[in-house]
Amino acid sequence: MSEYVIETEKGKWEIVCGLEIHCQIISKSKIFSGAPAEFGDEANENVSFVDAAMPGMLPTLNEECVHQAIKTGLGLNAVINKYSVFSRKNYFYADSPQGYQITQFEHPIVGEGKITVDLSDGSSKDIRIERLHIEQDAAKSIHDLNPTKSYIDFNRCGVGLMEIVTKPDFRSPEEVGAFLRKLRSILRYLGTCDGNMDEGSMRCDASISVRPLGSSELRQRAEVKNVNSVKFAMQAIDSEAHRQVEIYESGGTILQQTCRFDPTTGGTKFLRLKEFSDDYRYFPEPDLPPLILSDELINKIRDELVELPDAKKSRFVSQLGLTPYDAAVICENKEVADFFETAAHGRDAKKVANWLMGDFFAMLKKKNLEIAQSPVSAENLGKLVDLITHDVISGKIAKDVFEIMAETSENPEKIVEEKGLKQVTDTSAIEAIIDSVIASNPDNVASYRAGKVNLLGWFVGQVIKQSQGKANPALVNKLLKEKL
Amino acid sequence: MSDLTSLTVAGALSKLKTREISPVDLVQAYAKKLEENQKYNAFVTLVVDDALAKAKDAELKYLNNTNRRLEGIPLGIKDLFCTKGIRTTACSHILDNFVPPYESTVTQNLLDDGALFLGKLNMDEFAMGGSNETSYFGPVVNPWSKDVPLVAGGSSGGSAAAVAAEMCAAATASDTGGSIREPSAFCGVTGIKPTYGRCSRYGIIAFASSLDQAGPICKDVTDCALILNSMAGYDPKDSTSSKRDVPDFSSFIGQDIKGLKVGVPLEYRPDGLNPEIASYWDNAAQILKDCGAEIVNISLPHTKYALPAYYVIAPAEASSNLARYDGVRYGLRVEGNNLDNLYINTRTEGFGTEVKRRILIGTYVLSAGYYDAYYLKAQKVRRLIKNDFDNAFQKCDVILTPTSPVEPFAIGDTKMLENPINMYLNDIFTVSVNLAGLPAMSLPIGLSHNGLPLGMQLIGRAFDEATIFKTAYHLERGANFVRM
Repeated sequence: MSEYVIETEKGKWEIVCGLEIHCQIISKSKIFSGAPAEFGDEANENVSFVDAAMPGMLPTLNEECVHQAIKTGLGLNAVINKYSVFSRKNYFYADSPQGYQITQFEHPIVGEGKITVDLSDGSSKDIRIERLHIEQDAAKSIHDLNPTKSYIDFNRCGVGLMEIVTKPDFRSPEEVGAFLRKLRSILRYLGTCDGNMDEGSMRCDASISVRPLGSSELRQRAEVKNVNSVKFAMQAIDSEAHRQVEIYESGGTILQQTCRFDPTTGGTKFLRLKEFSDDYRYFPEPDLPPLILSDELINKIRDELVELPDAKKSRFVSQLGLTPYDAAVICENKEVADFFETAAHGRDAKKVANWLMGDFFAMLKKKNLEIAQSPVSAENLGKLVDLITHDVISGKIAKDVFEIMAETSENPEKIVEEKGLKQVTDTSAIEAIIDSVIASNPDNVASYRAGKVNLLGWFVGQVIKQSQGKANPALVNKLLKEKL
Repeated sequence: MSDLTSLTVAGALSKLKTREISPVDLVQAYAKKLEENQKYNAFVTLVVDDALAKAKDAELKYLNNTNRRLEGIPLGIKDLFCTKGIRTTACSHILDNFVPPYESTVTQNLLDDGALFLGKLNMDEFAMGGSNETSYFGPVVNPWSKDVPLVAGGSSGGSAAAVAAEMCAAATASDTGGSIREPSAFCGVTGIKPTYGRCSRYGIIAFASSLDQAGPICKDVTDCALILNSMAGYDPKDSTSSKRDVPDFSSFIGQDIKGLKVGVPLEYRPDGLNPEIASYWDNAAQILKDCGAEIVNISLPHTKYALPAYYVIAPAEASSNLARYDGVRYGLRVEGNNLDNLYINTRTEGFGTEVKRRILIGTYVLSAGYYDAYYLKAQKVRRLIKNDFDNAFQKCDVILTPTSPVEPFAIGDTKMLENPINMYLNDIFTVSVNLAGLPAMSLPIGLSHNGLPLGMQLIGRAFDEATIFKTAYHLERGANFVRM
């Protein structure tokens, strides 16, 4: 377990934190209407009469959203509730045209589950999931187009959301970061949410309290909203925890409140007190019957589930011999894992992993590309590793070949052929170079022979340099030792 | 010409088919009646010219034998049904400029069968009321009024009065706690609230979603079967609509009821029951007995809790359903200096007293701390009431009760207005049926000593409108009620 303790002159504190994560469901249409659930269109383009809460309009449940929620529940190792109920959460606001949100209250579609997170010290921890329920998203209020008016874009209104609630299991910002990355990874594997926190398709609210280290009490918590990246979530929790410790240590108390994370300062800002809990007057949605799921449907979705990151990771470790760390890095992103599997097929997986995580990732980062846009295909990366393995080129030449591949998307075999980069394994050719190097550096030869054996490296370098990098280093080493 | 307006739908259809009359004749006859009977304030919007134009198309259809099952039948539509391009207000100021860009499923079904719409019918605001006095457009006058103007009942007062005064061949209506049956009884016409889920609620302005159900108000039982045949049916746009097959209700008209068990509930005959109504009830039982039915005493022990439970559940749902009328997207807008004030000003001016009262009650019973005591308790009562009916239907096939404990009263009756509870008590025989989701019909049984119509109610098992139609036909014949 990773230790995270806030230590002051007065004492030691630990944090207790739970998360609520709103995840937009990937679906063709909205959860209760036929309007497209698409983003980036003109404002108020994808709005049906139901979304606009016109008189007499009724919601109808989009089965695709239900399937996505079941899939996600299974991915969270959670109980799927065969009986769930939609409820109305009543509140007046311009982003809520019905005057209520259709959500699930007492009977969510998904019950308790867990996610295992890997931490930097090599340990792992289970974070328990309290529930997952499905609901409709609100419209988007836009306050910065006009000094006196607010605008509303109803495109988002009615898009399906999954709200995932964790137990208060987090004891460090690192755990929160690891959890969010893991959750995002699972959602993306499943294809149920694109997990883009900066675009708001995954939104995180954190409930944070602190307590003296070792205590089991639960103190008043503050809710921090608007954390739209993993980094910000970690920062927000850290700074809110410190703020609370300061208040306690100066004799103050924490009131139930909502704060907003300010990315410019990295701190949390007081938003409002929650003295009285909001009264949303929940009651069962009379326009929708209870949602009854059959075992058949749940099993069908379970059978069609893709291999999830944890399973993939352990397979990469046990079958391909990767280290758990490498496997975890590669499996975080499904596209990366798929790319890796293609590249490593029938090859030394560890070598492929090294190339992938080294030069390949560096190249993508430098070019600011997603893996799907990579100029180097998985097949070509695999071929490059083959060329090294079969001593056709040296590792050093391979780096040059890779650079050409990154520019031209060419097949490495073709590059090596055309540029004449094949490694020289002809003993006589190498011997000739060695002879000339020995002949032109008598001083160093003398020093070497006098016992300065670490000069061997220098000689190897000279020979390879004169061969324009093509001499096989192992062979050079062997022949040099003999000649010297 | 005015004879044409006395034709039932069935009668008109047979004359249309033999080309004895034409749809244009029919519309013109009703147009004349509409003119003459403006004093009843039954219609709030007229589209007679449109109906005339369509009648010409209908005429062609009869000529080339492509006439559909309600071709050319001029209907009145309760202003709760959204009608594309025709102002739809729910008789509320808050919607008095609203023209829907869509058609309710029920009215679409009628249009698809060739029916014509003459206009929109007056009703209690948002269907909240039992006397049609809460309409923004003023009360409907009962066509049976003598010296003093009497109420037509509510909330479908316009529908019942218009059918009684032959201002339309038949009308759509809706029933949340008796809104089809009570005005039918008050105006001496026949109306059926089918089983919850029979008719789609899509496009019907919601009052209380779990109770609202559309149905027809007609000149007789046969017409109710014809019109309901067209209105009913599964609709994927309403998740609470039933997938059960809709039988041809007309086929049950005239079937005998020998051996049918007619239940008479003990609890519907309190000590103070109007003796005239009690005596008509006995007559009705005798009529059915004479037709070979067996009268059985049954008990519905939780009847006395139905009214309080109804006046918790219906307002609770209404408070949420009416939240969408906020002045932002459609309908009345009364500006304010901020969003809250825009809401407050719009809703203060837009809603009438009774609607506000129910929003307040509904908001209260759903509030934290009161939910269990009111809403949850009322739902439990609802279950018990449903169980009562289930038990009763072990012993009988259909239940016979009066529709209303009172005869039509004067518009502005101080007893009703000074205490809303007195008005609510008029629903005592009707609300249980909505809580249990059952079908029920009101048909005229005779006149009071004041010469005012009184109605009888037949309640059936869920989705067994058939037995109601069978029984009602015999009761109708036996009662031999003479329409206005």
